[in-house]
Amino acid sequence: MTDLTKLTLAQARDGLRAKDFTAPELTDAYLGAIEAADALNAFVHKTPEIARRQAEFAQTRLKMGMAPDLCGVPLGIKDLFCTTGVPSQAASRILDGFRPPYDSTVTEQLHKQGAVMLGKLNMDEFAMGSSNETSVYGNAVNPWRRAGDATSLTPGGSSGGSAAAVAADLCAAATGTDTGGSIRQPAAFTGIVGIKPTYGRVSRWGIIAFASSLDQAGPMTKDVRDAAIMLRAMCGHDPKDSTSADLPVPDFESMLTADIRGKVIGLPREYRMDGMLGEIETLWHRGAEMLRDAGAEIRDISLPHTKYALPAYYVIAPAEASSNLARYDGVRFGRRAKLSQGDGITEMYEKTRAEGFGSEVQRRVMVGTYVLSAGYYDAYYNRARKVRTLIKRDFERAFAEGIDAILTPATPSSAFGLGEMASADPVQMYLNDVFTVTVNLAGLPGISVPAGLDGQGLPLGLQLIGRPWEEGDLLNLAYSLERAVGFKAKPGKWW
Amino acid sequence: MAIDTDTARKVARLARIRVEEERLPALAREFDAILGFIEQLNEVDVAGVEPMTSVTPMRLKRRQDVVTDGNRQAEVLLNAPDAREGFFAVPKVVE
Repeated sequence: MTDLTKLTLAQARDGLRAKDFTAPELTDAYLGAIEAADALNAFVHKTPEIARRQAEFAQTRLKMGMAPDLCGVPLGIKDLFCTTGVPSQAASRILDGFRPPYDSTVTEQLHKQGAVMLGKLNMDEFAMGSSNETSVYGNAVNPWRRAGDATSLTPGGSSGGSAAAVAADLCAAATGTDTGGSIRQPAAFTGIVGIKPTYGRVSRWGIIAFASSLDQAGPMTKDVRDAAIMLRAMCGHDPKDSTSADLPVPDFESMLTADIRGKVIGLPREYRMDGMLGEIETLWHRGAEMLRDAGAEIRDISLPHTKYALPAYYVIAPAEASSNLARYDGVRFGRRAKLSQGDGITEMYEKTRAEGFGSEVQRRVMVGTYVLSAGYYDAYYNRARKVRTLIKRDFERAFAEGIDAILTPATPSSAFGLGEMASADPVQMYLNDVFTVTVNLAGLPGISVPAGLDGQGLPLGLQLIGRPWEEGDLLNLAYSLERAVGFKAKPGKWW
Repeated sequence: MAIDTDTARKVARLARIRVEEERLPALAREFDAILGFIEQLNEVDVAGVEPMTSVTPMRLKRRQDVVTDGNRQAEVLLNAPDAREGFFAVPKVVE
């Protein structure tokens, strides 16, 4: 039999329906691959018993011929999603031991469709990071290595475990979340597809909050078709999330025609940054040419406030985080610090949070506290929110002028070595999100598509940014680009 | 502007995160680097611009003001580090 773990989600679905193999067989193949891949540190809580039980149940549904797309398909779930009875700790020490008695809306929808949960995936603590190195579990490792070099590379972050697991065929697909680029950057670093949908497309209920006005969940998959299938399963209105949109969810997969004739693609000149790597610029131009060859019109556009997106983000996201993370106080869930004789409630809070949060999370909570504090609220927080309005207006203007989607690089470089950024100041790490963060600030859908290998043999991605709610069109453009690129490379197995 | 040790101490206190005294100067420098980066926002003309409150123009839905859930005391307390007699337990708050 062929190695079932190499199948795309769509191939797995079709094979299950055609009875080429069973759901338990497929699940066992992945469980075996996971057991042999501890060196990647992608799965941090394995759930083989749950997976086998779900696979048996899925098989019953498949036999009855009543199987939704994801029925029997084994998935990995980012540790940020609450899953009933299974540790869900956002890769933080402060949630050590937390086993929610409920599921997030997204994981519940996936389960109802018959998807199989293989386990929970590594990530940066509270999704704050771009390299997976802030995780309490230790970093996940990128299955890709530079040619002829055994240096361990980051899978990116924050959804680094999800990216590593999909790239290494440890699951058919995975959930991710994206606040400033946390789906798209790791997808680009590992040669997979990742889409952040329009803000409000996917319910945030039961997903541990980082910055609520920016957070969106989305699929991380082996190809664009898989992203279309899984996105549909994750979307939908949820009364438990008042910001989730009450809009019909299209069958995104049926919109993949690869016909993009007449579409207008914008290339924002502000994304051509000083010091941009030649390889990235070449990749970007080649991507534009491919879309033009497929019948799209390419136009230079301007998004004048691009430069201010990262600084605005590093006010807004920490501000929201400081508020969201106030709930971790050692009282209701998670881990409480050991107290000394005479310690009162304030000492309990302060010791619990000092021990429970890692240094990057502490830093962001304190920056957020500062920008929201009396005397600075207007100068920092309100100003950042005004700049955010301007950033969104830039995109609205482009769309009003007839632009259907915007093509940019996904990341400023390929995957870097683990530990390489350890001595850099925090701002250096933040620059990883320079091409992705605008999309969160403007609430738009964005997708990262593998577009080639760099000189070191590492994957690079291109990003397409779409109009709000038009994920179907965006996926179709990505599909066309994917077909033109023909990216087939896989990491050599060393783990 | 430069963040001094006193400001770092105050922020840590507001955030309810214990920071040892000897860590404060380094923390102040980190804040300085981040805030220096953020200062770029002062270059932007924001006169007459509304601060964003909602990224998607949508009306928040309302629901019936009725009880839809409840009687979950055991589940609510399930993950508490210290729960006693149906309550969360904390160190003494009032002397």
